[in-house]
Amino acid sequence: MASLTSDNEQPPTNSNSSSTDHVRKKKSLFASSPSSSRGNAASVPTRDGDSHPRWRSEKQQRIYSAKLIQALRQVRLSSSSSATTSSPTAQKRGKAVREAADRALAVSARGRTLWSRAILANRIKLKFRKQKRPRQTVIPAVTTVVTTGATSSRGRKRRVSVVGLNKKSLPTVNRKVRSLGRLVPGCKKESVPVILEEATDYIQALEMQVRAMNSLVELLSGYSTPGSDSAPPPI
Amino acid sequence: MSSRRSRSSRQTGTSMISEDQINDLVVQLHRLLPELGNNNRRSGKVSASKVLQETCTYIRNLNKEVDDLSERLSQLLESTDSAQAALIRSLLM
Repeated sequence: MASLTSDNEQPPTNSNSSSTDHVRKKKSLFASSPSSSRGNAASVPTRDGDSHPRWRSEKQQRIYSAKLIQALRQVRLSSSSSATTSSPTAQKRGKAVREAADRALAVSARGRTLWSRAILANRIKLKFRKQKRPRQTVIPAVTTVVTTGATSSRGRKRRVSVVGLNKKSLPTVNRKVRSLGRLVPGCKKESVPVILEEATDYIQALEMQVRAMNSLVELLSGYSTPGSDSAPPPI
Repeated sequence: MSSRRSRSSRQTGTSMISEDQINDLVVQLHRLLPELGNNNRRSGKVSASKVLQETCTYIRNLNKEVDDLSERLSQLLESTDSAQAALIRSLLM
């Protein structure tokens, strides 16, 4: 498990070029379906993607896809090697896949967000060391990201203002923010702006994860259907 | 903008957080949510608690979707038979 993260922590040009060379043929199938499915997914491209281009770029999708495939390969090998009688229950296998996908997602975040660090820390069980030390550096990273997001939001034609942040409703808002913080990994005890910032990043990362796994499922189910089609169905 | 950010970064440990900052973050969050309603088209105002509620729901939905997808993926990885498994293995490796 430590080797997985150390492999993927190499500078992105080297590792990604080598891995994408291996899976270049697969990427041509794989990248066409996510890009077309991203184009067809109604709400995604019309929404503002400029504020956080990180999770919507093609490059990020490739990076994540490569890591996901590596992680899934490891899950597959471990499950096939450790299968005693029959394979473990469907839930355990599904959970193992989910954990591998989350790990790949967290590594793709390059350690800049709280939730990604929390996911990785939970896996490696270095909980206290990993969460205490980067805490000092998280604030400048958050502020730079938020600044770029806010300036781009200033340029939009339609200004949306927020109501309901008055003093009376503050406890309600606080409660909701707390429950939101419980949903995002690693943000149970953070302050309100940190939770909001982490939530925006987490949502975009989850969306990318859903898109990538959808494409992978389509690809695999295209291969699993018996008989004629040897290519995945065009989407 | 940067001065506000640096001021708030020093104050993040306490609870004195500027409301504008929270406003901005809530607006950002609102933009990410799937725009189901027509209420945000008509007026330029969003309710903070509604945004937060929808965010919680949306994250739960996304998590559930990822869980379902990973279960399907695990089934697919297990159930492909040998000829196609060799094909997939050659692609994955």
